[in-house]
Amino acid sequence: MDDSRISRHGSGARLWLAGGWLLLALLAAIFAPLVAPQDPLAQDLMFERLPPFWMSGAEPGFWLGTDSLGRDLLSRLIFGARIAFVVAFAAALAACLVGSTLGLIAGYFGGWADRIISRIVDVWMAFPPVLFAILLVAVLGTGLSSVIIAIAVIDWTRFCRVIRAETMGQARMDYVENARIAGYGRIGIMLREVLPNVVPSIVALLSLEMGIAVIVEAILSFVNLSISTDDPTWGGIIAEGRLSIHQAWWVLVFPLVTLILTVLSFSQFGEGLKARFDPVLR
Amino acid sequence: MLLQRFLIRLLTMAITLFGVAVVVFVVIRVAPGDPIAMMLPPGATDADIARLRALYGLDKTIVEQFFIWLSGVVRGDFGTSISLRQDVLGLVFNRLPATLELAITALLMALAIGGTTAILGARERGTAVEAGIDIASGAALSIPDFLWGLVLILLFGVMVPVFDISGRVSPQLDLPFVTQFYLFESIARLRFDLTKDLLGHMLMPAVALALPLAAIISQLLKQSLKEVLDLDYVVLARVKGFSETQVILREALKNAALPTLTLVGVQFTFLIGGTVIVERLFSYEGLGNMAIDAVINRDLPLIQGIVLVFALLFVLINLTVDMMYALLNPRLRHG
Repeated sequence: MDDSRISRHGSGARLWLAGGWLLLALLAAIFAPLVAPQDPLAQDLMFERLPPFWMSGAEPGFWLGTDSLGRDLLSRLIFGARIAFVVAFAAALAACLVGSTLGLIAGYFGGWADRIISRIVDVWMAFPPVLFAILLVAVLGTGLSSVIIAIAVIDWTRFCRVIRAETMGQARMDYVENARIAGYGRIGIMLREVLPNVVPSIVALLSLEMGIAVIVEAILSFVNLSISTDDPTWGGIIAEGRLSIHQAWWVLVFPLVTLILTVLSFSQFGEGLKARFDPVLR
Repeated sequence: MLLQRFLIRLLTMAITLFGVAVVVFVVIRVAPGDPIAMMLPPGATDADIARLRALYGLDKTIVEQFFIWLSGVVRGDFGTSISLRQDVLGLVFNRLPATLELAITALLMALAIGGTTAILGARERGTAVEAGIDIASGAALSIPDFLWGLVLILLFGVMVPVFDISGRVSPQLDLPFVTQFYLFESIARLRFDLTKDLLGHMLMPAVALALPLAAIISQLLKQSLKEVLDLDYVVLARVKGFSETQVILREALKNAALPTLTLVGVQFTFLIGGTVIVERLFSYEGLGNMAIDAVINRDLPLIQGIVLVFALLFVLINLTVDMMYALLNPRLRHG
């Protein structure tokens, strides 16, 4: 397969670019108080809607300009990365844990377990996901943990569907039969023989899900239902930017570019990792 | 065979819808916050609150409430909206056409863009054109509709303001319509001035919804086309002297389209799910926009009604695609 060799070369560069951006954003999030040039919450009506540094009227120290309350945009984006990464890691891991476990069980044991789990997945797939997320956060009350729970509750099906299908494929392979003849128990085979073979898919999905979690948090912030404190979030900044779009385009453009780069990076990073670790593709 | 398959699907459909009804009913009733207290002015007596709770049936147990609601739904009675004080089904039917018009326009766009790029990519396989299509579809796929919507607002609403980015139709226009299918009716009445205004409002949200789906269609159809193009009967057509475009359109497309069709069904439900936030983004007066307001206002009957209508739409689409697949696939038809 010539195609896969070409994409493998491409995947190296993609992996580095995507990983580089994610690392940069992660470091900015961790060391936010050290790297942010201003206090992200400090309002200064003398400095409202300052343009970015290359435009006339910009003030030194406010690199990407300020919003309608005179708050520094760059500092708000850096602090917003904290919420984004916490949500991305926590929600994606929770969804992965629930979804992959149920997917393994449904795919490996089949029968009633599969029928029940698949029926639940069907019900979940019949919900519009964004509406479901908004509903859950409204019910749980706004806050960081509500956002994380809502995303995990909705998106576990993504893992379950893929891992179930892959496990079913693996369960038919010779090595599973051999392990059974060798006297291993069913759960032992599932965890020690099948699981390692579906890990590349889990890793790719996990990275993809982190990007999705960042978007869902932004959407929830956009409809004013996210963590609901003064802490800046990317979605919250976008909502402000959407309102003042004709007066200060930069308040929308910079968080939007940040969000797009982050989502693209998470999906490319996952694809790149999968290509690198997948024994079949390698 | 086909009938049996259809009946089994119908049964699982009913189970799925029942499951959705149970989940949404349980979820919204564990919500803190009393919708009745929000309706009444401050200073209302406890007796007033109790009377209103009884009126909406909220004083009964959750199981009783569920079966009262369900028996109503079966008879076509979805209850009364608490925040808008109107019949839920009427409200839903008032908004659903706007969402359907948006979703179907987006689907047609996705099919047109995805189909064209797939055919072009398959014809120019191995060249820079195909590589360019791959990169573009990769980016279109990774960026979700919400972000595409914002990008389009910036590009064509602010930088080059050629399109309307808010609402469904210009408010100053006099609308002669009797149905809520404005776009369809404007064409049927030959009022193309209104069609133009409606499309001008619909174009940006529809493109935002269409781009990710167009990318999926493009990738999958191109892959299937490339596989089919190596088969004997296609090679034969080429030997007969057909041009590559003719070979693709007349011979390959028919057989390559089937795997794409099954996928488009599921993806179309995702697209409809996306209308919720995209309608919000563009202040488009559809069902999704109303749903978000219903959640914010804790309007339990309205939320239940809207979610169930969305779910019904999703399972119907899946059923249709499943049946079309069975009808079109010769192996299943004669099996």
